[in-house]
Amino acid sequence: MERSSARLWRKIRARYNLVGNECQSCKSEYFPPRPICKKCGKKTEMAVKKFAGNGEVYSFTKIRVPPDTFREEAPYYVGVIKLEEGPMVEGHILDDGREIKIGTKVRAAFRRMYVEGDEGLIHYQFKFEPI
Amino acid sequence: MAGIVGYGVHFPIYRIRVEEIAKVWNEDAEAIKNGLNIKEKTVPGRDEDAATIAVEAARRAVRHAGINAKEIGAVYVGSESHPYAVKPTAATVIEAIDAGNNVMAADLEFACKAGTAGVQMAMGLVDSNMVKYGMAIGSDTSQGRPGDALEYTASAGGAAFIIGKEKGKVIADILKTVSYTTDTPDFWRREGASFPSHGGRFTGEPAYFKHITNATKLLLEETGMKPADFTYAIFHQPNGKFPVNVSKQLGFTEKQIEHGLLTPIIGNTYSGASLLGLAATLDVAKAGDRILVTSFGSGAGSDSFAIEVTDSIEAARGRTTKVKDLIGRNKVYIDYATYLKNRDTIKMK
Amino acid sequence: MRDVAIVGVGLTKFGERWEAGLKELMSEAWLSAMEDANISRDDVDMLFAGTMASGRFTGQEHVAALIADQLGFSNVPAVRVENACASGGTALRQGYITVASGIHDIVVVGGVEKMTDVTSAEASTALGGAGDQEWELFQGITFPGLYAMMAKRHMHDFGTTEEQMAAVSVKNHENATKNPYAQFRKKMTISDIMESKMVADPLKLLDCSPLSDGAAALVLAPLEIARKLNDTPIKILASTHATDTLRLAERETLTGVKAARIAGEAAFRHAKLTPKDINVAEVHDCFTIAEIMAMEDLGFYKKGEAAKAIAAGETALNSKLSVITSGGLKGCGHPVGATGVKQAVEITWQLRGEAKDRQVTKADIGLTHNVGGSGSTAVVHIFGRTN
Repeated sequence: MERSSARLWRKIRARYNLVGNECQSCKSEYFPPRPICKKCGKKTEMAVKKFAGNGEVYSFTKIRVPPDTFREEAPYYVGVIKLEEGPMVEGHILDDGREIKIGTKVRAAFRRMYVEGDEGLIHYQFKFEPI
Repeated sequence: MAGIVGYGVHFPIYRIRVEEIAKVWNEDAEAIKNGLNIKEKTVPGRDEDAATIAVEAARRAVRHAGINAKEIGAVYVGSESHPYAVKPTAATVIEAIDAGNNVMAADLEFACKAGTAGVQMAMGLVDSNMVKYGMAIGSDTSQGRPGDALEYTASAGGAAFIIGKEKGKVIADILKTVSYTTDTPDFWRREGASFPSHGGRFTGEPAYFKHITNATKLLLEETGMKPADFTYAIFHQPNGKFPVNVSKQLGFTEKQIEHGLLTPIIGNTYSGASLLGLAATLDVAKAGDRILVTSFGSGAGSDSFAIEVTDSIEAARGRTTKVKDLIGRNKVYIDYATYLKNRDTIKMK
Repeated sequence: MRDVAIVGVGLTKFGERWEAGLKELMSEAWLSAMEDANISRDDVDMLFAGTMASGRFTGQEHVAALIADQLGFSNVPAVRVENACASGGTALRQGYITVASGIHDIVVVGGVEKMTDVTSAEASTALGGAGDQEWELFQGITFPGLYAMMAKRHMHDFGTTEEQMAAVSVKNHENATKNPYAQFRKKMTISDIMESKMVADPLKLLDCSPLSDGAAALVLAPLEIARKLNDTPIKILASTHATDTLRLAERETLTGVKAARIAGEAAFRHAKLTPKDINVAEVHDCFTIAEIMAMEDLGFYKKGEAAKAIAAGETALNSKLSVITSGGLKGCGHPVGATGVKQAVEITWQLRGEAKDRQVTKADIGLTHNVGGSGSTAVVHIFGRTN
């Protein structure tokens, strides 16, 4: 599926650098960023919050039957990562041949996420790398 | 005087051995290993390209320098494998290192010396007070045509150097840089072509050796230094043999080049090669050590640098992993079929 | 609020229905429900149609007006309901609210999905729309992948095993052999499941529900009218619905579906019943781990105890509690929009005593549990006999 270039461009800060947000009223932190604070449930001041990218594997799986867009990458690990700041985020876990386990420490790396054929855009993003 | 305030490197975890490639083409692996002085090379993962390598190296450089990325005023990315023909790798880098938007940025191409060309540009901007820090990156996922001799060496990797002049921040002063450039058709890739072409043995004497020798001699002449005045030297390393030979011809010893000679174990990282060699050398250098670096880019030209390490190098050490340690860890050896898949060489449609 | 009852049910055979398109499937189910209720088109006040992704699967949107058109209705209001895999259950609840409120009397609620007119890769991508596009599907995380991560954590926290998950599949395939509407009517063994192809560790192909075509429909009426139409109206004792975050990672827990727990608790409260009162249940077994979590979320078992109990046969047909007598999403098939409605069709047959080979001996109170996405929507219904 080809995506509009604007669709991913508008998320570049979040996708490159794990930039989420933080409610200035209750200090709840979010990644990906939320339009309003889920905890407060009303409009509060939301400030930019950059997450360091360190965390650990909370759960994971190895995708062996991928969506069409990831056909050539399969099999690959994905996981729910608990960031050290608290939020949980889903993402790829790089496979360096070592066993991935619940609790494996990871950090955010910078990789190609998806390439739109031979002539389309290349979408870059964080992936998690076992430390 | 402009100098180096920090550096970072990156290369993929995947490796392919000379034997694995030679087997496919019915070649004598031992002869190739001896002839090119190379054992194995890095191969990018399917999700890596010159931009991802540049970003990873740049992020390490920022950590190593201990500076705020927002203080970087210029970013130049040298590569002969920029992911796009039109759309700058440098723009991806500034966003990914969070350098802010008021940054001079451009992609460079001068075959294997685009990275050192970036260093020279950053030096000019720093010395003229146009920027506080400038970043130069050499990053490549170079391609060798299947079956070509280049296939044994063309690898992937990159290095990023942050240039500045603040006392206490500069870990190595760049005393002098000179260049030597001619129009020499030793190696080229036309727009849209997947693989480069080269002039075979013509890439040696009239190209690599001539340019490196001329640039290095000019540098020695202008600084009034002799090979013995340098603790270390790094010469561009398209294979493991050329830099050994050229260093001998110029009067340098094997001991001077051993720390910076990485091609035998990672292959030729093109734009990254000379800078990776410099990074590995700085990892072991001490205050007062002098380092000579001469890059080479086909087409053709060489940039030569005289560098002197300062006391500040000790403070920066340990902020990032050493180059040799990075090379040694988490290696994943792949077979030729996986190599073709990773390099997108299998025809799918 | 008026009491609401089901007075007619209709179901198509589930599976690869190469000969039938969206229109044919819908017409077959809606018409048989109306026949079963003994009503004509002139009696119907409103239609609801649940479908998750008819547009992605067939290009056809606007399916509620389409079914009204196909059945020759004259200008009745018709509304499409979409809540991912809980579209059918949600359509039932919208129909229930409409009748209970007194706005309309006779409402036909259906669900449909025609999934085999696209390649399975396209179908998976369409189903991926139930999760967060940007932060799940774009990350290469498939639906089996999301449930696999729930399973992995369930195994980690409670010692649940792959064999126990396989036992869920074995039970549902066993029940499906007794259901003429089922997509698969073949017995499976634990080793069949364990040896099937790994899809997303630890989930194997036979832990996953298939791509299916099918439709299901129900006729709803106020209880006082229902008694005149039908000898065996089935009363809706509770109809509840809850939501949670679209992204799996943001949930309070990965080892259960909080929305299902909330909807389940509310349903028992409304019906003034407890899990012990349920005789037969159709829960959302899109993956084997989903049934295990459902049994815990709904309070049939304590957290971490359902897998062992299912593997021990406690929820087999005519055991302590008969769960998924239809064969479920796993054995009977999972045309997503139809599933939530089909669950109610099965419970109606059970409570009427019309489930033939798979009839539960004592079937007075039944429950359905329909989940959308990886747990972002949950709809629970409790049904009871009226005689």
